[in-house]
Amino acid sequence: MSADILLAVLWIGLTLYALFGGADFGGGLWDLLAGGSERGRPQRELIEHSIGPVWEANHVWLIFVITLFWTAFPAAFAPFAATLYIPLTLAALGIIARGAAFAFRKVSDRLWQRRLFGAAFAFSSVVTPFFLGATLGAVASGRVPVGIDAGDIWTSWWNPTSVTTGLIAVGACAYLAAVYLTADARRAGSTALAEAFRLRALITGLALGALTLAGFPVLRADAPALFDGLVGTALPLVITSVAAGVLSLGLLVARRYLLVRLTAAIAVTAVLWAWGVAQYPVMLPGLTVDGAAASPSVLTPVLWVLGIGSVLLVPSLVYLYSVFQRSPQR
Amino acid sequence: MLVEVLADAATPGDLVAARTQMAFSLGWHIIIACFGVGMPGLVVFMEWRALRTGDAAFEVLARTWARAMGVLFAVGAVSGTILSFEMGLLWPGLMGSYGEVIGLPFTLEGFAFFIEAIFVGIYLYAWDRLPPRTHLLTGLPIVVAGVASAFFVVTANAWMNQPRGFDLVDGEVTDVRPWEAMFNPATPPQTVHMIVAAFMVAGFGIAAVYAVGMLRGRRDRHHRLGFLVPFTVAAVLAPVQVVVGDWAAHFLADYQPLKLAAIEGLAETTAGAPLSLGGVYIDGELRYALEIPNALSLLAHWDPDAVVLGLNEAPAHLRPPVNVVHLSFQLMVAIGFGLVALGGWLAVAWLRRRDLPRARLFLWAAALAGPAAVLAMEAGWVVTEVGRQPWIVYGHMLTRDAVNPQPGLLVGLGIVLAVYAVLTVATVYVLRLLARRGPVRAPQEESHER
Repeated sequence: MSADILLAVLWIGLTLYALFGGADFGGGLWDLLAGGSERGRPQRELIEHSIGPVWEANHVWLIFVITLFWTAFPAAFAPFAATLYIPLTLAALGIIARGAAFAFRKVSDRLWQRRLFGAAFAFSSVVTPFFLGATLGAVASGRVPVGIDAGDIWTSWWNPTSVTTGLIAVGACAYLAAVYLTADARRAGSTALAEAFRLRALITGLALGALTLAGFPVLRADAPALFDGLVGTALPLVITSVAAGVLSLGLLVARRYLLVRLTAAIAVTAVLWAWGVAQYPVMLPGLTVDGAAASPSVLTPVLWVLGIGSVLLVPSLVYLYSVFQRSPQR
Repeated sequence: MLVEVLADAATPGDLVAARTQMAFSLGWHIIIACFGVGMPGLVVFMEWRALRTGDAAFEVLARTWARAMGVLFAVGAVSGTILSFEMGLLWPGLMGSYGEVIGLPFTLEGFAFFIEAIFVGIYLYAWDRLPPRTHLLTGLPIVVAGVASAFFVVTANAWMNQPRGFDLVDGEVTDVRPWEAMFNPATPPQTVHMIVAAFMVAGFGIAAVYAVGMLRGRRDRHHRLGFLVPFTVAAVLAPVQVVVGDWAAHFLADYQPLKLAAIEGLAETTAGAPLSLGGVYIDGELRYALEIPNALSLLAHWDPDAVVLGLNEAPAHLRPPVNVVHLSFQLMVAIGFGLVALGGWLAVAWLRRRDLPRARLFLWAAALAGPAAVLAMEAGWVVTEVGRQPWIVYGHMLTRDAVNPQPGLLVGLGIVLAVYAVLTVATVYVLRLLARRGPVRAPQEESHER
């Protein structure tokens, strides 16, 4: 029972990382595609302004997920990390490049410095979610066996399912970022920017939808167990995601920018939870949630810490977002 | 080529590669982390003085440091993340068996880091949005959470030195008691030693920047304040750290005698053991050392004739490497006393004339004290970590049994080193850029040009 609760907490953490940290990565992608230094400057300024105060807090969700993963499910974490060390190392290096370059660019004032750091920030923002997404695909397609030396370090994450999940991760980041930035641009008083990001949100929304649907035949051929789950127990969540995605497109067309934040987040959330439900209770081939879980004497204090910690965390997060979502007073 | 190298099975070279990568990325992060722990308190102190006195010099310093703190915090956040990855990527054997035992402090650390990151965002970006007093208050959670983060993380390392809170039945970990694991006997001396070290590194580090400025002739109030406040904090802590270090050494004498034997190069168990200064450990004995008779027994057990255990208590393959531990320890202690002396110099001059020492040598020494404090802190970690070898979990799991058995770690090390080389150059470059640009102007000046 406590293992299931912790799995749910882990999934909530993963979801929040995707929704917040993912959008920060997406911001980097739009930074990359913003165009030349002069033409792209308004977009880059908006992205920097939106991400700046919050990305570090958003990033902590990843650390939260990793440490909770090994604390609560050590038997699954060890083979996960050992088998997937290549994409995880690349993702970690991408995270370093992204965060450091973003901070460096903010304090640089010469054009060549801003270009160099900006390119590092933007490029790593695109590749990092791909590698993280590919590791999820490795687990989803059952390519991480239980032994720490049993997995294939290449094919575990370089296969049809992993490439698909990697691309979906990049697409979801880009989509969420475009959706969030649309409302940020309007609040900053720039209709032109809002229109630009609205267009980007519409295009990436359509592309992401098409990519996700195209993923189904891939999964059917490459990860049949997961496919069965997605069209079985997880079907309501799949339908929710599709419905929320379609609704989001409609809201974007109607320029309901705040509401579309909610529906776009629901669409992405439903995909993640559909995967979880479809795979439950199997974590790795032959290893269930209960089998991988730490002993109850660990899970219980961890749950207490999570409960008490969130009493501190939730108001702090609300305060952070509310400070920066208000218009500046002066 | 890459694929071929990666296709080889894990080798002893991979173990060395994994240890090097961990040591390097940890040793890199910990410098930044020291500033993350020590700097917020200094910045908040400056802001508080500015609020109390209305003196703009304090506010200018607070804002200048806050800008550097922002860069350092970002770099620290990401260089810390790779460590949580590496725990699994490099040491899946450790995490698979003991991940649940040491998970609790990391969960706690996660929350501390959350609070830190949230309030760093607010503190740095909402300076002019919030009322001054509210803004000052948003700095306090950063100070508390930074210290708490350091505490939680070091408890996990302390556990590797003194593993507690579980039973082993047929090699299986059972009956896990995570609080007992977290509050193991090594936790009090190690955490206090590290947190004090963090404030010393941050204090001497910031002061060194202003010492260089004063050496270049910039002796205005801005530079004097920027030097004196962090230097005083660090210098006051330096003698405290000597006492804490003594406590840590006593702890080793009782709990990890082999580490102490390696620190002292003590080959044989000896009654009335001497304290050895310098020297090299060759063929099972320490040569060319200056020996102070009975001093080790006195320091370790408060008794000049006490028995101190030597390296011969363990079979050869379970002894830590001696020279690197011995020399690192001597380096740390030498720098530590040097820093105490430097603080004493300032104290004497201040009591006499209410001013800095007149000698340029003092500023030179203070400029060197920044890097020296970093070096001492790193040397201390070498003592702790190399002194624990060949164990990753002292007495229970060998480092070589914890390493990732998958091939190709050597290639990973190469890539990681290359990325860190670039990161180091960029970080130093940007910090120098900030230093050269000089103080951040007071906000009212800034608003004129808008």
